[in-house]
Amino acid sequence: MTAIAGPLNTRARPSAAQMARWAISDSLVMTRRNLLVWLRVPAYIVFTVVQPVIFVLLFRYVFGGAIHAPGTGGYVSYLMPGIIGQTAAFATFATAIALAQEATKGVIDRFRAMPMARSAVLAGRLIADSIRMLIVILVIIGVGYAVGFRFQNGVAGAVGMVLLAEIFGITICSVSAFVGLVIKDEESVQAFGLIWIFPLTFVSSAFVPIATMPGWLQVFANDQPVTLVINAMRAMALGGPAFPLNPSLWESLLWLAGILIVFVPLAVWSYRRVG
Amino acid sequence: MALTNSDFAIEVSALHKSFGKVHALRGIDFAVPRGTVLGMLGPNGAGKTTAVRVLTTLLRPDSGRIIIEGYDVVRDAAAVRRRIGLAGQATAIQLELTGRENLEIMGRLNHMPRSSVKGRAAELLERFEIADAADRPAKTYSGGMQRRLDLAASLIAEPSVLFLDEPTTGLDPYGRLGMWDIIRELVGRGTTLLLTTQYLEEADELANTIVVVDHGEVIASGTPDRLKDQVGGDLLEFTVPDRAQLDDAVRAVAGLSDAAPTGETDAKRIKVPVGSGGSTALVEAVRRLDAAGVVTEDLALHRPSLDDVFLAVTGHAAEAAPDGAAKGQKSPAAGVAS
Repeated sequence: MTAIAGPLNTRARPSAAQMARWAISDSLVMTRRNLLVWLRVPAYIVFTVVQPVIFVLLFRYVFGGAIHAPGTGGYVSYLMPGIIGQTAAFATFATAIALAQEATKGVIDRFRAMPMARSAVLAGRLIADSIRMLIVILVIIGVGYAVGFRFQNGVAGAVGMVLLAEIFGITICSVSAFVGLVIKDEESVQAFGLIWIFPLTFVSSAFVPIATMPGWLQVFANDQPVTLVINAMRAMALGGPAFPLNPSLWESLLWLAGILIVFVPLAVWSYRRVG
Repeated sequence: MALTNSDFAIEVSALHKSFGKVHALRGIDFAVPRGTVLGMLGPNGAGKTTAVRVLTTLLRPDSGRIIIEGYDVVRDAAAVRRRIGLAGQATAIQLELTGRENLEIMGRLNHMPRSSVKGRAAELLERFEIADAADRPAKTYSGGMQRRLDLAASLIAEPSVLFLDEPTTGLDPYGRLGMWDIIRELVGRGTTLLLTTQYLEEADELANTIVVVDHGEVIASGTPDRLKDQVGGDLLEFTVPDRAQLDDAVRAVAGLSDAAPTGETDAKRIKVPVGSGGSTALVEAVRRLDAAGVVTEDLALHRPSLDDVFLAVTGHAAEAAPDGAAKGQKSPAAGVAS
C-alpha cells in the first residue's frame, strides 16, 4: 500500500502551551543571534552609537550657540530629549536593512522551512533592536551629562522619558520592518528610510523651537507625532506644564498606538509574503 | 520514526504551481524511495527551485498532492518541517557569527534540547572538517567551507529527508568534490535526498534516479545509465591530420563500442560513441591507434552535458541556461574524469 492511497499519519500535534513556550524561546534565540551580530560588526556600533554621540556634540557646540531655546537649563537640556527621540527613530534603519537582507538572501525562507515559531524572526528582530536602542540611549544620556545636560524632574521623569523613547522606537521599528520587507532591496531601503525619517525628525520640535520655522512648515511640525513624542519626553525630563499629565503624552501615545495597530499587521503580512 | 506504510519518503503527484500567468510547474509526478537520492536536473528557470519550495512547505501548491514521510505538506506542514532539512544556493548562515554559534542557534531553533545541541554541533563541525575554524567568524571561511557549514546547519536536527537546491553551484572543482563526498556519506547513513542540479555529471555521480525538468514538466526520468544511454553516453573525438590515414583510424577504433564511428572527411574528425566506459575506451583507443600507426590530434573524451540530454530528449537545446553554467560544466567534468 502506498501512502498516496493509504491513510496519512495523524500524530498528536503539540499543545498550545508547548507552542507558546517555543514561540518565546525561539524569539529569544533570534534576539541573541541579532545582538551577537551587532556586537561583532564595528561598523554597526559606529553607526548606532558613535553617530548619535557626534550629533549631541555638534548640536551642543556648533548650533547650540545660535539657537535660543525656551525653558531652563539652556539649549543642551532642550536638545537632549530631541536627540534621544531622533536616535530611537534612526536606530530603526538597521531593522529595515537587516530584514531586507534576510529576505533577499533567502535566510527567512530557510527559517520558515524549520519547525521554529513563525513569529520568532520578527519578534527576535524587534526585541533585539529595542535592547540595542536602550543601550544607545543610555550612552547618549551619559554623553549628555558630560556636556551639561541634567534631568530636572527626578528619577520617575527620567525613566518615563526613556520608556517613551523606547515605545516610540519600537513603533518606528514596526514601520521600518514593513518598509524593509516590502522593498527588500538594501540600497533602496536605505534611501527610502532617509526620505521619510529625516524630515519627520528634523521638521519637529527635536532640535529647534517650532516657532522659528516659517508658518507653512509650523502647520506640519506642530501636530506631527514626532513633535508630540518629543514634547512629552521633554516634559518628563525637564518638568513642564501639568507634569506628568502633559497633554502631549496622551496625544503621542494615541498616535503611537494608532501607528502600531496599522503597521504591526502590515509587517506580519509583508513577512508572510516574502519570497 | 514516521508511522508510514509507504516505502517512499517523498511522493509527488500532479503538482501544479503558477505565479500569475507564469505556469511554473505543470503537473509534476515522482516518488523517492526511502534512503535513495533523486537528482532533479534542468536548466535555470525549469521549475526546480519552485518544486523544492513547494516540497519544503515554503509555497502552497495550486493543486496536486505531496506526501513527505507520510505527512501532507499542506495540511501537516509543521510535521513535515520537523522531518526535513533544506540547504541551497543561498546560505542561511550568519557570516558574523562563528561556525559553532551558527550551528548551535540552528539547533535551538529546531527545538533540540540545549544539552544535546553542543555535542551535535561539535560532531558536525568535526565531520564536515570545519572543527579547526569552528570559533572563527564564518565570513573568514572559503566558499566551500561556508557551503559545508550551511549543509551542517540543515542537518543539525537529523532530518530524515534532505533537500539540496544546487548544492555545488558556484563552487570550484575542489569544493564540488568535497561536497560530493559529504553527500555520499550522508546517503550512506540512510538519509533520503532530493538534489537539484544543472550538471548531468553531478546527478550521475550522486543520484539513484534522475528526473529531467523543463518548462515545469518532467520530460525524462530513470536511472543515470538509462538517461545517458538515451543521450548516447560518452563521445570520443579526435582529428587525423593525414587524410590518407582516415580509414585506418576508423578501422582501429571500430571495435570500441557497439556504435559505429562517424567520420567527417572534410574536417578529418572522427567521433566514436563509447557508452559509459569512457576512460577505458580512451586508453584503449590510444593503444589501438598507436598500433595502427595513426597520428592523431586533439584526442579527447566528451561527457554528455545537460545540453546533450536536452537535445536527445526534446530535440532542442536547454533554454534559459545561465551564462557559462551549462556550458562551463564541461571543464570541471573533464578535470574530474582525467
